[in-house]
Amino acid sequence: MHPIRKKRLTIVLFLVVGVSVAVALTTYALRQNINLFYDPSQIAAGEAPVDVRIRAGGMVQENSVIRDPESLQIEFTVTDFTSSVLMEYTGILPDLFAEGQGVVAMGRLDGNGRFVADQVLAKHDENYMSPEVNDVLEKAARIRASEGAGQVEKSAGY
Amino acid sequence: MYPELGQMALILALLLATLLAVVPLIGSLTGREHLQAFARPLSAGLFVFVALAFAVLAHAFMTDDFSVAYVANNSNSLLPWYYKFSAVWGGHEGSLLLWVLMLAGWTLAVAVFSRQLPPAMVAQVLSVMGMVTVGFLLFTVLTSNPFARILPNVPVDGADLNPLLQDFGLIIHPPMLYMGYVGFSVAFAFAIAALINGRLDAAWARWSRPWTTVAWSFLTLGVALGSWWAYYELGWGGWWFWDPVENASLLPWLSGTALMHSLAVTEKRGVFKSWTVLLAIVTFSLSLLGAFLVRSGVLTSVHAFASDPERGKFLLLLLAITVVSSLTLYAFRAPVVHARARYEGLSREVFLLMNNVLLVAATLLVLVGTLYPLVLDYLDMGRLSIGEPFFSLTFSPLAIAAGFLLGAGIFSRWKKTDGGWLGRKLLWPLAVSMLFTAAVLVGYGEFKPWAFAGIFSASWVAIATFLDLWEKSASRKGRLHGLRRQSRSYYGMVLGHLGMAIVMAGATVASNYGMERDVRMTLGDTAAVGDYQVVFVEMGNRRGANFTAEYGRFEILDSDGQLVSVQFPEKRQYLVQRSVMTEAAIDAGLFRDIFIAIGERVSDDAWAIRVQYKPLVRWLWLGAIFMAVGGFMAISDRRYRLRETVQKSVEPPAARDSEQTPGKPAGATS
Repeated sequence: MHPIRKKRLTIVLFLVVGVSVAVALTTYALRQNINLFYDPSQIAAGEAPVDVRIRAGGMVQENSVIRDPESLQIEFTVTDFTSSVLMEYTGILPDLFAEGQGVVAMGRLDGNGRFVADQVLAKHDENYMSPEVNDVLEKAARIRASEGAGQVEKSAGY
Repeated sequence: MYPELGQMALILALLLATLLAVVPLIGSLTGREHLQAFARPLSAGLFVFVALAFAVLAHAFMTDDFSVAYVANNSNSLLPWYYKFSAVWGGHEGSLLLWVLMLAGWTLAVAVFSRQLPPAMVAQVLSVMGMVTVGFLLFTVLTSNPFARILPNVPVDGADLNPLLQDFGLIIHPPMLYMGYVGFSVAFAFAIAALINGRLDAAWARWSRPWTTVAWSFLTLGVALGSWWAYYELGWGGWWFWDPVENASLLPWLSGTALMHSLAVTEKRGVFKSWTVLLAIVTFSLSLLGAFLVRSGVLTSVHAFASDPERGKFLLLLLAITVVSSLTLYAFRAPVVHARARYEGLSREVFLLMNNVLLVAATLLVLVGTLYPLVLDYLDMGRLSIGEPFFSLTFSPLAIAAGFLLGAGIFSRWKKTDGGWLGRKLLWPLAVSMLFTAAVLVGYGEFKPWAFAGIFSASWVAIATFLDLWEKSASRKGRLHGLRRQSRSYYGMVLGHLGMAIVMAGATVASNYGMERDVRMTLGDTAAVGDYQVVFVEMGNRRGANFTAEYGRFEILDSDGQLVSVQFPEKRQYLVQRSVMTEAAIDAGLFRDIFIAIGERVSDDAWAIRVQYKPLVRWLWLGAIFMAVGGFMAISDRRYRLRETVQKSVEPPAARDSEQTPGKPAGATS
């Protein structure tokens, strides 16, 4: 083969191999590591998979935070004001975690509808509301409005 | 009065930038030298007016002029003066002005340090810089005026700078990062000018190399500073979160690294020209993409500024114009250039090509991982996030492979390398790094395949680099003479590659052998982490300039019970924004950090405490410093400043190298 063609062929081969390895790795890794977001209503309706790492979020319900006196385990309820889900977490919570505030947690649902979180994120300044939590509350408010209960609560956080 | 002056200065700068974008370019296309000669004065004028605007904004901050909305939103009279100054770039408008200032600064630098370039080339490069500046100045003036006033109800005091940003890291992290981002616009301008001319030759590569290297060095420092800042200020001990904004800074770094290496090949051997130009365009576009991600409100993170759809649209438009017009130009002009030089299947060219393939693959990975959730969300196809596991799984193998290649590539020669010879050469480094890696793993007491691969790759790079230095510096007049004879660009390369080895070692060890414990502690409790004991001694209160703090006193004891150090982590309550901040305390060391942070109070007498043992975590930033110093050293090489060299290299580049017999080292490639 002509040396220049051979050289070009090498380059093309490198590129093809490199790109396909990258694509294969990416798709494989993506399939393993995508974390879908579910809101409390979806979880209550059983739409969220059990024992798959997902994200969930909403507002921390007032007076729902219970601490274990011996360890760093904590339980709290996250709500979209239509449904709620019980979350469990062990470890240090972010500075801005508080009742009545929005949170997004990463973790798995166990068989009993409990969400075991391995990571909890709270908003990181006063003006910021995570878009997920915002969506959750808006959606829940719309549903309540369309159900025509007559009164639409104004959810905290707006 | 002053703020209006600032705004006038910005508008004048915009006019000058428009002239700069048009006049010298027309001059160079029509061959009118008097029009080309406008490029340098216009660049200087542009810089003066942007600097004036910046100075006015800084003045407004220093004098607490809260009638300026941006100052009122980002400062407070209680702030110490240095944070008032750094608050200039603590929000969207001011940081954009800093960006424009850097752009004007780089333009001026090109104008000053381009005496040896042909005037037409200078005119074109400066014109392209002018076009980029027009885009950003328009953006500033139309959507993000930092001098907008709140009149007549001037606030009594400002809303304060976000406490997260009241930190030494913020003073220097954005300027370094922007120097890098914006610096790639020079490489971009050179590429566009070369495309307009149809002159993609070794001289072009030689001119753009130092600019690319400086920008890359700044970006390296900026990214490392960001990681360091996140580590001690907000990260609870993490040093890289694969947060979209961090990725936005990593993307141009990866493609910029590829660009630097491919420029080396283009300069030395006159091949890969079209590829190099494409990389220059891509790198700058990725810098713009970063600006878009951070400033459009599509992301929510510490870095994301207040969201405003108008700004996002404008930046997207700017990005689209840049990408589409430069790629169109590329499509029409790039095929014109042909490479004449030849090289074999095993040669330094091919090693550097593989380096580029890996770096581009890594860039694509990070790009996909960053944009995929955003695109899905935009198309309303659900919210999802792609976290650290994805990036670790895909990025680590690429980094390790890049290390393997680098260690072998160091010994390779231009044009043709004998496979058997290279194999024999690599035998010793292979054996030594195997043994070394095994020893390290025994030292840490646990075998992990990823740790083995990472440490092996890092030590392989380091050993190969040293061996190459050893062989190159062999001289009949003694070792010292031989070491002195090496060029600065060679030492730059050595430092850069050692830096990469250090970063890889740090990343591998810190993530594989680090220990993290969240414990509930009352006064007098002890928590063990690694070989150390951390004793919680007392809790106290103190008052800072604009915050009150609860602090803990912790004593760190080593395995013999000897006191190593006393640490005071804090929980701060900032007075103006009423926000709580965790200030970690770190006992830093070259081989390990011990990190203590106070979490929330869990009962009357107990706190949640995070203790971490982080081996080699400092190496991450140390390695980055090595890389950046290497970059600065490389550009201080005399050959970039010699008029004769430049003229010589306009001749076919193969002429010089072909005199060397194959199989003889062809010099530095950094």
